[in-house]
Amino acid sequence: MRISLFITCYNDTLFPETGKAVVRVLERLGHTIEFRKEQTCCGQMHWNTGYLKEAVPIIRHFVDVYRDAELVVAPSSSCISMMRDHYLKAAEMAGDTKLAEDVTALLPRVYEFTELLVKKMRVEDVGATFPHKVTLHTSCHSQRSLHLGDIPVRLLNKVRGLELLPIENPQECCGFGGTFSIKNADVSSAMLAEKVRTVLNTRAEVCTAVDNSCLMHIYGSLHRQRTLVRTAHIAEILASTGGQA
Amino acid sequence: MASDARSAILGRIRGALRVPAERDDAHRRSTYEAIPRNYQQTATKPGEELLALFAHRLEEYDAGVQRVSSNDIPSAVAGLLGHRGRKRIGIPDDLPSVWLPTGFEFEKAAAFDAHQLDQLDGVLTGCTVAIAETGSIVLQNAAAQGPRKLSLVPDYHLCIVFASQIVETVPECFARLDATAHLPTTFVSGPSATADIEMTRIKGVHGPRFLDVLIVGD
Amino acid sequence: MSAPQSYWSNRSFPEAAKELLADSQIRRNVRHATDVIQAKRNRVVGELPDWEALREAGSAIRAHALEHLDEYLIEFERNCTRAGGTVHWARDAAEANRIILALIQSHQAKEVIKIKTMTSEEIGLNRHLEANGIRPHETDLAELIVQLGHDKPSHFVVPALHKNRQQVREIFQRELQLPELGDKPEDLCAAARAYLREKYLRIKVAVSGANFLVAENGAVCIVESEGNGRMCLTLPDVLISLVGIEKVIPRFRDLEVMLQTLPRSATGERMNPYNSIWTGVHEGDGPKEFHVILLDNGRSPILREAEARQTLKCIRCAACLNACPVYHQTGGHAYESVYPGPIGAILTPQLHSMEQGRTLPYASSLCGACYEVCPVKINIPEVLIHLRGKVVEQDQSTLGGKLGAWNIGMQAAGFAMGGAGRFTLAQHMGQLAQKMFVSKNGFIEHLPFMLSGWTQTRDLKALPQQTFRDWWAQRESAASGPGKAEKGNHDGE
Repeated sequence: MRISLFITCYNDTLFPETGKAVVRVLERLGHTIEFRKEQTCCGQMHWNTGYLKEAVPIIRHFVDVYRDAELVVAPSSSCISMMRDHYLKAAEMAGDTKLAEDVTALLPRVYEFTELLVKKMRVEDVGATFPHKVTLHTSCHSQRSLHLGDIPVRLLNKVRGLELLPIENPQECCGFGGTFSIKNADVSSAMLAEKVRTVLNTRAEVCTAVDNSCLMHIYGSLHRQRTLVRTAHIAEILASTGGQA
Repeated sequence: MASDARSAILGRIRGALRVPAERDDAHRRSTYEAIPRNYQQTATKPGEELLALFAHRLEEYDAGVQRVSSNDIPSAVAGLLGHRGRKRIGIPDDLPSVWLPTGFEFEKAAAFDAHQLDQLDGVLTGCTVAIAETGSIVLQNAAAQGPRKLSLVPDYHLCIVFASQIVETVPECFARLDATAHLPTTFVSGPSATADIEMTRIKGVHGPRFLDVLIVGD
Repeated sequence: MSAPQSYWSNRSFPEAAKELLADSQIRRNVRHATDVIQAKRNRVVGELPDWEALREAGSAIRAHALEHLDEYLIEFERNCTRAGGTVHWARDAAEANRIILALIQSHQAKEVIKIKTMTSEEIGLNRHLEANGIRPHETDLAELIVQLGHDKPSHFVVPALHKNRQQVREIFQRELQLPELGDKPEDLCAAARAYLREKYLRIKVAVSGANFLVAENGAVCIVESEGNGRMCLTLPDVLISLVGIEKVIPRFRDLEVMLQTLPRSATGERMNPYNSIWTGVHEGDGPKEFHVILLDNGRSPILREAEARQTLKCIRCAACLNACPVYHQTGGHAYESVYPGPIGAILTPQLHSMEQGRTLPYASSLCGACYEVCPVKINIPEVLIHLRGKVVEQDQSTLGGKLGAWNIGMQAAGFAMGGAGRFTLAQHMGQLAQKMFVSKNGFIEHLPFMLSGWTQTRDLKALPQQTFRDWWAQRESAASGPGKAEKGNHDGE
């Protein structure tokens, strides 16, 4: 399959390793990856903060960039949920029927990374080795919007050497919520403190997720507290064939 | 003044909903009929299982439950009242006298005021329908049940439920109630309770603190 | 006469939340209570194989009722009146207060007993009655605790969940003159029972809300646990029910859905101990006089937009409060409204035409836990975003808002996202600009201005020197040149 990588704006800027890992896993499985350099952002930050009008051109740009792509993958459930939950509404709000048609035509070909592997490609064992204790943070969008269910767990269970440790209250948000973490910094920090406590209680060396946004948030506190627990996007674990994240 | 408010509110609602001048009743009916109702509406359990479920649910509410045959109602009533130490028992005016044992004071109490009801040791009633899945007894101001306050003010309620009155699901209950929906109706599921203090369930706040149910196989 | 002054302040959510976060006792109490209800709710919801079908039906019934609200209200009025009830209409809080006061005064009553009702809190009824020499007695245990403690409710179903048993004991000892009272919940309940029973037997006027109005037959339905509701509904001579106009459902059988989803969602019970359903007045059973006041008070404008309209489907089960990770941290008082939690965050700003509660639509991480548990499928995150859009629109209509940091930042980011050239430039500018904030360990520990909220408790990883797109470009040029493409550098940070 020829797969177009939508890296997402923050992974591009902050987490290039995740993008490299996605490329490595998919190439290992024999697929061809393309990267359309015109890509920017899905529009989520604007939309979720209430800058609805401002999100529309970003959405239009996304659709223009990937119009003729065979398959699109993004290593971020929150960006995919933005597309599935809000793109049509944005097009309707803008009164843009052409955009609505384009969105309807494109979105069935757009996948979150782990969803692409398990649902579309029917692959669970991607040939990874990662001899570490790992816990999984089930991000809100991956569960409540994309309904990924046990997909990430199935992938992690097939990784050689990996010990997956259960976490308490997996359904509870880490408190990131995009601009929520700044507009309501105190509440967000209190939510994070609970999440980090449950992560530390697992005694895992690595906390993983399908979203770097949550991981950036969780790691922000793990690092501030000078713990040795690392975070790694699930793609980085699945790409690993040796002893390091 | 009042009618001003009425027409103002209805006007605001119609304005907000952009209601056309001509309302189409048929449209309203058809959209109502189109409401998806894919939930369980009929029983799936055989009779014996149904009775066992009802009894089990009641026990979970800390209600006392006994199963008897119809001939044994008076002796079972006597046994329960004796066990609870209750003497003066209020009854609806039309409660079948064949249910009543000797050795207790049964008083027709439908016309009692709240103070008189407060002096009783308990109340004995029948019911209209009962729901196994939720352990609920439905009382109406109808045969052998009396007015609502009768089963409310006394501290103890003994209710007689016939097996034929027990349905499995809430929708079956509403199907049975439909014909008498205008009557004052009370669903009772276990004794009065609260969890308002630290989510600790406490029995008996204002309603009867004790509930016993006799399930009569007909 | 205007509505009594609200005791809710107009502090912003972040300000109020900050204060509550510092109160570890409230946080412990809230956490304990919500954990218990959530666990019970999950268990009884999990045992119903048709739960999703019930949610679907409940949602459709409520949505249908709202789309035909004028017709169903008229039908309810006709049938309630035919059954001997009297229906009043109140445009706002002041009008509702005036009607209720006049009804009470017409019976020369000096005291009334009350069933917990959020609409009464909403219109400030107790303060209005007290100001006019009438003493209202709350009879729900939690509302009694709130009333005697001169406190505010923090939850719709368990309004005093922010108080623990010792705090309740102190209130009862002081207010009910019971210095010897113990702190076992049983003792506290018994004290309330004794205190209120005398009032049930004596007071002749009761005030309630309602959970549902049935258009088809004019029935009113009230769901409760303690029996205080039944006392108020059946013993007094006069019953006054104050009900929001959105509470109507089309037919009696619709209760077969609502009375399954509401108790399981609200208290985690298969059925709550008591449900009362009645129509008008009934000879020899219950009050001789029955009044329903249909309250608008800002509801009708919410019907205008389909997206916002779903707010009014709410049946006040409070499952969204119990599920909300923000509510878990702050409790209800941070919302500065009679309607707290996620549903409050969308209802309060709409009831007040966005004048109050402008920060409430932002009081959510959009995690979606509220939508997941909502028994009538209100997509609360969707409405929150819709309302954020309104706040931004309002901001942008003023010069100050236009020049505000958020707007400028968002406009600049929007511009950057418009094309890859601009976006790449912004990335490189970021890499340069961060240099003054990055510590020796490669992390950002202090950020200025509005971004400082992040670095209060969290470090931020510095932007790596090579973006993904730069790496890709390098790989492409290597691949087109001699030799094999570099398949990624996985050294980590």
